[in-house]
Amino acid sequence: MSLELKGITKTFGSFTANDSIDLKVETGQIHAILGENGAGKSTLMNIVYGLLKADSGEILIDGKKVEISEPSDALNVGIGMVHQHFMLIPVFTVAENIMLGHEKSNKFRVLDLDQARAAIRTISEDFGLQVDPDAIVETLPVGIQQKVEIIKALIYEAKVLILDEPTAVLTPQETDELLNTMRDLKSKGTSIIFITHKLREVRAVADQITIIRRGKVIGAVSPSTSEAELASMMVGRAVDLAPAKYQHETGGPILEVKNLTVRDALGTSIVKGVNFHVNSGEVLAVAGVQGNGQSELARALINLEEHIEGSILLDGKEIRGSSIKQSLHAGIAFIPESRELDGVIGSFSIAENLILDLHGQAPYSKGLNLSAKVVHSEAEKRVTEFDIRTQSIMDSVSTLSGGNKQKVVIARELSRPIKVLVASQPTRGLDVGSIEFVHERILAQRDAGRGVILFSTELDEVMALADRIAVMYRGEILDIVGSNVTREELGLLMAGITSAKAGAK
Amino acid sequence: MKKIRSNVQKRRLQGVIIISLLSSLSFLYFGLLKPGKDVTTFGFVLNNEWVIIKEWIIASQTGARIFSAISLVASALAIFAYKKERTIVFPVAIASFGILMSFLTWIASGKFIPFTGLLQGGLLLSIPLIFGSMSGLVCERSGVINIAIEGQLLASAFVSGVVASVTQQAWWGLLAAPFAGAAISYLLATFAIKFSVDQVILGFVINVLVIGLTDFLYKKLLIPHQNTWNSPPTFEVIPIPILSKIPVLGPIFFTQSIVVYLMFAIVAGVTFALYKTKWGLRTRAVGEHPTAADTVGIDVNKLRFRNVMIAGFIAGVGGAFYTVGSVGAFGKEMTAGAGFIALAALIFGKWSPIGALFAALLFGFATNLQSTLSIIGVAIPSEFMLMVPYIATIIAVTGLVGRVRAPAADGIPYSRGGSH
Repeated sequence: MSLELKGITKTFGSFTANDSIDLKVETGQIHAILGENGAGKSTLMNIVYGLLKADSGEILIDGKKVEISEPSDALNVGIGMVHQHFMLIPVFTVAENIMLGHEKSNKFRVLDLDQARAAIRTISEDFGLQVDPDAIVETLPVGIQQKVEIIKALIYEAKVLILDEPTAVLTPQETDELLNTMRDLKSKGTSIIFITHKLREVRAVADQITIIRRGKVIGAVSPSTSEAELASMMVGRAVDLAPAKYQHETGGPILEVKNLTVRDALGTSIVKGVNFHVNSGEVLAVAGVQGNGQSELARALINLEEHIEGSILLDGKEIRGSSIKQSLHAGIAFIPESRELDGVIGSFSIAENLILDLHGQAPYSKGLNLSAKVVHSEAEKRVTEFDIRTQSIMDSVSTLSGGNKQKVVIARELSRPIKVLVASQPTRGLDVGSIEFVHERILAQRDAGRGVILFSTELDEVMALADRIAVMYRGEILDIVGSNVTREELGLLMAGITSAKAGAK
Repeated sequence: MKKIRSNVQKRRLQGVIIISLLSSLSFLYFGLLKPGKDVTTFGFVLNNEWVIIKEWIIASQTGARIFSAISLVASALAIFAYKKERTIVFPVAIASFGILMSFLTWIASGKFIPFTGLLQGGLLLSIPLIFGSMSGLVCERSGVINIAIEGQLLASAFVSGVVASVTQQAWWGLLAAPFAGAAISYLLATFAIKFSVDQVILGFVINVLVIGLTDFLYKKLLIPHQNTWNSPPTFEVIPIPILSKIPVLGPIFFTQSIVVYLMFAIVAGVTFALYKTKWGLRTRAVGEHPTAADTVGIDVNKLRFRNVMIAGFIAGVGGAFYTVGSVGAFGKEMTAGAGFIALAALIFGKWSPIGALFAALLFGFATNLQSTLSIIGVAIPSEFMLMVPYIATIIAVTGLVGRVRAPAADGIPYSRGGSH
C-alpha cells in the first residue's frame, strides 16, 4: 500500500508546524523522516493518524483520496502507529492491551481473551515478535513493550506503519533488533514511516529519506548520503558532529562517592551502594538506559533526594546530609534533567531566574531589600556572555525556546564558584545548535580544572565528551571504562552484560 | 546489616503488631482486670426462621476470656504467617472477630444482645453506602471523580418519596429515583466532561445545590402538605422461600425488600461487567490512560459521559432505599453524609466492587453497633462509640489494605494533545 501526502499544512496560532508538506511512501518501503526536535515530524504523523486535523492538504492511499479525522479512520484504511510515548495501559495484560478497541466477546458477552491470545501468537510467529500475552505491561522492559505496540498495529492489519522516534528509549542492542524487525516487516510488504533524528539509524535502514526543517520539506535524499550532509540539511548549516578530542590536564579526585544508596519514599533502593570518583579536569559520563537510577543518583549528589545513605566527599569534605543550599554553596553546579520542572521558574523573568541561587546574599540583596539594579546589570552580563537570545531580561523564561532556557540554567549554575558540575541529560530535546553550545560549555568547565559528571542516555554524547564512562544498570554501576570503548561494548553493559558474562556466553 | 523489609512486609508487620496488642489488651481488660460481673445473653432468632439456638447465655468474664483467647491464637497465627511471608488477612479477620465478641460479652454484661438483629441492621445501614460506592466506582474507573454521590442519593430519595406519595405506589417511587440520580449525573457529566470544570469543586457545588433545593421544597411543599406529598408507602419484605428459614443468615440476607436484593444484583453485575466485558475493559482503559484508548478508536469523552449517567441510575436506586425502601417519609438532609462515607468505602475498597462492598458493610455494621449499644444502654459515652467505625478503618488500612492506587487518569479531563 502506498501513502501520499499532498500540501499538508497545519498551524497553531501564528506558528506554522507543517507548511504544505508533500511526501510519498511507496509500498514495502522504509521511508525515514528526518528532522530536529520541533521540526514538525510528530505533528505531521498525528495528522496522518487522525489525532490532529490538517488545515489544508490531502492524504491519498494507493492514489485514492481518503478522509482521516479520527484514529479509527486511520486504522480502517490500514495505517498503524507506534507512538513515541507508548499507548499501552500499564496495568493491563498484553492481551487486554492488544484487544482494546476491537474486542471480541462470546455469546454471554464475556471478553474472549483466548481469541486475543491466539491472534497474538500468530503475529508473534509470523514476524518474530516474542511476547507473553498474559504478562502485565508495566512489568515488561521497554523493548518488549515496543514489540507489544507493533503487534497492536499489525493486528489491525496495518499496511503502513508509523514509528515515531522508536529508538529513543532503547539500548543499542534493542535498537539493532528493532531495525531487523523493520527489515522483516518490509520484506513482508509493510510500508514503514520511520521518524527520527538519529542519522546512523536512518542510513542503516531507510530506502528513502525526507528531511524536514521548520515545518517544510527540505529535500528527499537516498541513504547513501553522508551523515555530515544529512546533518547540515537537517539544521540548515554545517555542523560539527563530534567535538575534537584534545589533550587536557587531569588532576586528583575532586568528588568521591562511596557506598551511596538512594531509596524512594517506599523504601525500595533505586541506587544500590555505588562507588566512583571524579577527578578535576575530567568528564565522567554516567551512561545507561533511562530509568536505571541515573536521575536519582544525580539528584542525590546535591542532596535533593530524601533517603540517601553512604558518603559524598567534595574535595575531601562530607556533603551528604547537607541542605541543598549548602551543597550548592560548597561548590556543586547542577543542571537538572527537566528544565521546565526543575531548572527554571517559567513565570519569572530571565533576570530573576538567573539569581534563584544567590538572591539571598550580597551583592544582590541587603537585609530584606533585593537590589534591582545589581540584579539587572548582572543579568545583562550573563545574557551576553551565554548568548541567551531574548528581547529583554524582563521577559518571562517561559517565552524562551528550549535551548535558551537551558542557557539560562547553565548561566546561573556556572556563575558561582564551583568545583564540580553535575549535568543531568543536559541536551535532551535541544536542537543541534544548542547541543553544540552545551557541549562547548561542559568542555570549558573541564578545561578550567573542574570535575564534570555528565548523566546522559545519548550514546553519541557520552562517546564524544567523556574521559571515562560509568555504566548504570538497575541501580548499580556495572563498570567504569575508558573513552576508547566501542559502542557495542557500551551497549552490552547498558543491557546488563559485563565483559565477564559476555565472555562466558 | 540492617534488615530491609518490602512495603508489603512493613504493612503486615504493622498489622500483626496492632492486632496482637489489641488481642492482649482485650484479654487483660475484658477478661482479667475489669471483667463483667453478670451474664451476657445473645439472641439469635429474629423472625420465624428455624431455631437451632434461640439464646445463648454465658458468664461475661468466661465469654470475654474465651473470645480473647481465640483472638490471641489468631494473632499468633498472624505472626506465623508474617514470618512465612504469607498473607495475614485471614488470621487478622478471625482475631478482629474475637476482639469484637469479647468486647460485646463484656459490655453487655447483664444485658441482651440481639446478635442477628445487629448484623441485619448493619446490612440495612450499609445499603445506600453500597449503591453510592458503586456509583462512584463506575464514574471513577472511567476517570471522572464523583463527589456528588451525596447529591445523587438525596435528590433521588426526595423524588422517589414524592412520586411514591402522589401515586401511592412504592414501585413508581423506585422507578422514578434512578432518573433523579441521572439528572444530577447529567449536571456532573456536562460540566466535568464538556467544560472540563474541576471535578472536586463541581461535585461539592452540586451537593450544596441539591441540599438547598430539597430543603426548600421540603419546607414549602412536603411539610404543609404531608398527606399528598410526603406519605410514601414502603416496600414489603419478601422472604425467599426456604433460604429465609436458615438461622442467622436467613433474616439477614433472605428476608429483605426488593431494594436490598437489587443491591446484591448490582454489585454482582458491576463486578462482572467491569472485569469480564468489553464495556469494563474500555472503562478501565479510559480511566488509566485515555490517550491510549483514543488511539485505538475509543471515544473517551462519550464513554465517560455514559458511565457518569449509569452511575446516576445506580445511586438513584440507593436513594430510593431511604424512602420507599425503609422509613417512608422524606426527611430534611436525610442522607446525612452517606455519600461521603460511600466515597470513603470506595477508596478503602481500592476501587474494586467487592472491596467497596466489604468496606461499606464494615461502616454500616460499626454504625449499627453504636446505635444498638446505646439502645441497650451501656456505660460507654456514645461519642466514643461513634469513633468505632473510624478506628476499625484505621486498623484495616494500616494492616490489611495496603497501597491504594487510584485509576491513573481519575479526575483529569481528556482532550486530544492536552496532556502527556
